[in-house]
Parts: sequence; C-alpha cells; structure tokens
Amino acid sequence: MHDYLEFEKPIREIEEKIEKLATAPAGKSQDEIRKLRIKLAQVEHTLYSKLTPWQRTQLARHPQRPSTLDYIGYLFRDFLELHGDRSFGDDRAIVGGFATYNDRSIMVIGHQKGKTLKERMQRNFGMPNPEGYRKALRLMKMAEKFGRPIVTFIDTPGAYPGIGAEERGQAEAIARNLYVMSRLAVPIISIVIGEGGSGGALALGVSDRVLMLEHGVYSVISPEGCAAILWDDPAKVPDAASALKMTASDLVDLHIVDEVIPEPLGGAHRDLNAMTERVAKSLSNQLAQLNDLSLPQLLAQRDQKYRSIGAVNGLAATLQ
Amino acid sequence: MAWFKKQKTTEPEPPKRSKISEGMWLKCNHCREIVYRKEVERNNKVCPKCDYHFPISVLERIALLVDLGTFKEWDVELSPQDPLNFQDTKSYKERVKTHQEKTGRKDAMVIGEGMMNGRRAVLCVFDFSFMGGSMGSVVGEKICRAIDRALETRLPVILVTTSGGARMQEGILSLMQMAKTSAAVAKLGEAKLPFICLLADPTFGGVTASVAMLGDVILAEPKALIGFAGPRVIEQTIKQQLPDQFQRAEFLLEHGMIDMIVERRQLKETLSTLVAHF
Repeated sequence: MHDYLEFEKPIREIEEKIEKLATAPAGKSQDEIRKLRIKLAQVEHTLYSKLTPWQRTQLARHPQRPSTLDYIGYLFRDFLELHGDRSFGDDRAIVGGFATYNDRSIMVIGHQKGKTLKERMQRNFGMPNPEGYRKALRLMKMAEKFGRPIVTFIDTPGAYPGIGAEERGQAEAIARNLYVMSRLAVPIISIVIGEGGSGGALALGVSDRVLMLEHGVYSVISPEGCAAILWDDPAKVPDAASALKMTASDLVDLHIVDEVIPEPLGGAHRDLNAMTERVAKSLSNQLAQLNDLSLPQLLAQRDQKYRSIGAVNGLAATLQ
Repeated sequence: MAWFKKQKTTEPEPPKRSKISEGMWLKCNHCREIVYRKEVERNNKVCPKCDYHFPISVLERIALLVDLGTFKEWDVELSPQDPLNFQDTKSYKERVKTHQEKTGRKDAMVIGEGMMNGRRAVLCVFDFSFMGGSMGSVVGEKICRAIDRALETRLPVILVTTSGGARMQEGILSLMQMAKTSAAVAKLGEAKLPFICLLADPTFGGVTASVAMLGDVILAEPKALIGFAGPRVIEQTIKQQLPDQFQRAEFLLEHGMIDMIVERRQLKETLSTLVAHF
C-alpha cells in the first residue's frame, strides 16, 4: 500500500473498490474488477500526463519517494559510507562514500531525507548543516586526489536555517563547495531525484552533467517561500510553483538540465526497479561520454557551461 | 446595524514620527538618537552618537573608495531579460522598469576600475536600491566580466556587497549565478590574484552563500547584518527568539567567519594597505 496525495483521490477510490471486490467471494466480481482496472488505467493516464508544477512538487516530496540510499543500494555494489567533516561532526542529512559501479570505483554523495519519522528527525528532514557540506567537500577532494568520478544525488528542501548553522558558516560552506566543484579535476554527474531546494541543493550540484527525474523540481526558492515574499499570501503557492519554472521540462528549456529520466506512471515510488534501471542507463551513458574527454576538455566544458548561464541584453554591443 | 463600526476619519493623519528624517535632523536606526543630518553626512554617513553606519549609495561607496576622478565604469548597458516571463502581483518587466527609472541604472551591479591611493584595482559594487541588490543574470555576468578583466590586466578585485540574495524573478538562472560567479572567483584564485570582499548591511542568501564568503580576505562594516537565512525564516523554523546581535558583523567576527570589521573612515586606507600585501 502506498500513501496517496490529495490530487490522487480519484485513483485511491478506484483502487480501494478493486481491493474490496478482490477480497469478496469470487463470482461476478471478476468482471467488475476488469472494468475497474480499465477505468483506473484511463484515470491514471489523464491525471499524470497533465500534472501541474505544484502537483509535481508534491510528488517530488512524496513520503515514499526513493531516496539517495535507495538508489545507492540498487545501482552500486559495495557502498562504504564515510562519515564526518573532521572538524565539527557528522551530518546525517548528507551521506557519501566509495562504491563500485560497472566494476569501477566511484565516489557517491547525496542528500538523505529519511523515511520513518524517527529517521527523518535524525536526518533533519534532509536539510544539511555546514558540517554536511564540509563532509561532502572532503569526500569530493578525496575523489579528485585518487581520480574517481563523482555522482551526487540531490534531494533536499534546502540548507537548514538555524542558529548553529549560521554560527558555523552555512553560507561559507555552500560557497566553498561551489568554488571547489567548479574546478575539480574529475567528472561530476548530479541527479536531481526529488527536491532541489536552492543553494542547499546547488552545493552538491555544480557538475558536468545534470540529470533530473521527470517529477523532480529544482528552484531558487520553494513555492511556499516565494508566495510568502512576493504575494504575501499562502494560497498563491501553486501560482508560485508555476511562475518559478521549476519542473524538469522547464529546466531543459532553460538549458540547466541535460537529460530528463522518465518515471514510471504515478512516480518513482510506484516501481523502484523500473526507475533504477532507467537511472542506470542514463548514468552509464553520461559517464561514458565524460570518460572520452581529456581533463583540459572536461574543465573547459564545465567552465564554459557555467560562464554562459544567464539571460542578458546588450552582450554583443559591449564585447571587446 | 453595526454599532461599533469604525468611523472613517476625514481629517488628515497626524504626521508620522519618521518624518523627522526628511529635514535637517535624522533619527539613527540603531541608537534612535536624533542627530544633525549634515553632521552625519560629513561623517561618511556614520552616526556620531553610536557609530552606526547608515547605508550609502553605490556612487557614495565608490567615491569613498577610489581616488577622485579615477573610476571608469564598464558594461553600463547590460540589462536584464525576463527569461521566465515572471509575474507575481506585478510583472518582472514592470519591476525592472520601475527600478531602472528610479536608480538610473540597468541592474543592481556596478563594475569598473579605479585607483585606490594610487593603486589600480577592479571594483564590483552591489546596488541595494535596485530590487534589494538581488543577484540575477546581469549581476552575475558583470561580476564575471570584472574578473575576466582583472585576469587580463592582473589586478586585484574588490567586491562590496549589499544584497537580499538571489533574484527570485529569474528563478533557476539566478540560482546558477551563484555557481557562475564562484567559478569565476576560483579562476582568479588559480591565477593567484587577490579577491577581497567588503560586506555591508545587509548581505544575505545566495550572495553570502557564493561570492561574498569567498574572499581571500573578508571585511565587514560595523553592525552590518550578514547571514545565509534571514532572521525571520530562522525564527519561524526554530520557533525561538534569536540571540542579541545575531548575524551582526561582530557576531561573524566572533565565530571566525570574517577577518575584520572596518570603520568607514578607515576603509580606503585599510583596503589599499591590504592590497599592497598581495
């Protein structure tokens, strides 16, 4: 059984009817069930092919959405989790370590939200503190030192806004990751698997290729934050979600995301096997492409990619 | 029949207390003392009673830092597009137009080159009066161009920040300016050219979490508010009152996040002495 979102109510109703009929004594109900299944397929198809950005955001935050550790478990062998920033502590909102992928050693790092309430609290709902970003930085520098490609999974509401986080330099920790990742001498691939919440997401996301799951979202601010600031009205959250252009297809149009990985009908949590197979295919493909590049080519392409992001008028007129 | 209906007042509202600041006198934002405006202005816009540093405009900032008549501004014409076709209670296009008319500038960043006590330096200054100094594509591009020229001419770069953070109206492109500008600062670092940041009141969000905190040396103005998350967001998240002086420059100094707090009247001297060490 899975949790249903508010907008999935029509699906829930049909599935519950089917379940009831299935447990009832056999007889005419078989025919009824068949009809309901056809109806279910139709309803699902229409609903999921026309998701609004706000509905997608809810799917991206779905409590059963596969997490970084789910993907690590399915995609890689021999994951060895490494802990701590060697300076303050170990932030469980970010996990990372060595793993084997296609018989190759890689470094994998990602946000981890947690599934049960207890785990969510231990992982601070996937909102890292500075020591989380510094642990990630330590692991990335180690990957560079030993020539290992880096794969990052992005899934966070954002960096944690707390007193301790400010005292220990949340802003500096994020900034340092952007600075170092921009010149890191190994291939970096980021996959937005759920929620890409602002600077807290970007701090693991400066990379050669950015992949994104079909129902993922990635934005400069949450729709809730945006609605509060610009509209001063919580009812405008769905409008903010649309205005921010934060869905995977929007981000392809804006040339921020390189590839969208399609999800099973209803979202990644409906069929984790199918989802990971697709992720594996894209990841292998992208890693192979980056492997063909020399180090200077890799760094020049990354440099050029970030240097050219932006929508500015008057560029041509002022070029020297 | 509403018995307690509020009577609409027809007489004009009594003048608000802040009206004082319109004339010869000024009320200090910090110590709340009434001070003589001219005296504040002569004192580099610093309160003579409590040393509070009033916000100053971009032009005042540049005049404070560079030798008279030596500043050459670059890329004045770069102006924002509206990549998301963004619309909240007002359209982004309208907001930009209003701010362009108000400030006479195309966006929230001024870059150029000037002399500091006879020493050449590249300067990037945020303009808080343009949409809260928010960083969108133009701000990011101009910082990168300033750094490109510093790389060509091998000059130090000085960045002065006053900003609410990334500009929401350009969505993900604003977020990516954090990566774009940080990457440019990394190249400056590889070329072993100094990058010095001066954080003025206020500096927040995506600007702090990128260029502002990447200085080889980071200075701040006294009592400037500097942070990642805004105080209101933190208060709502942790549901506690924030400690006194939280996110002030003095708080950052105490926690090892900045190198020094510099009074405005010593700023130019400090910066030019500092640059000589690189």
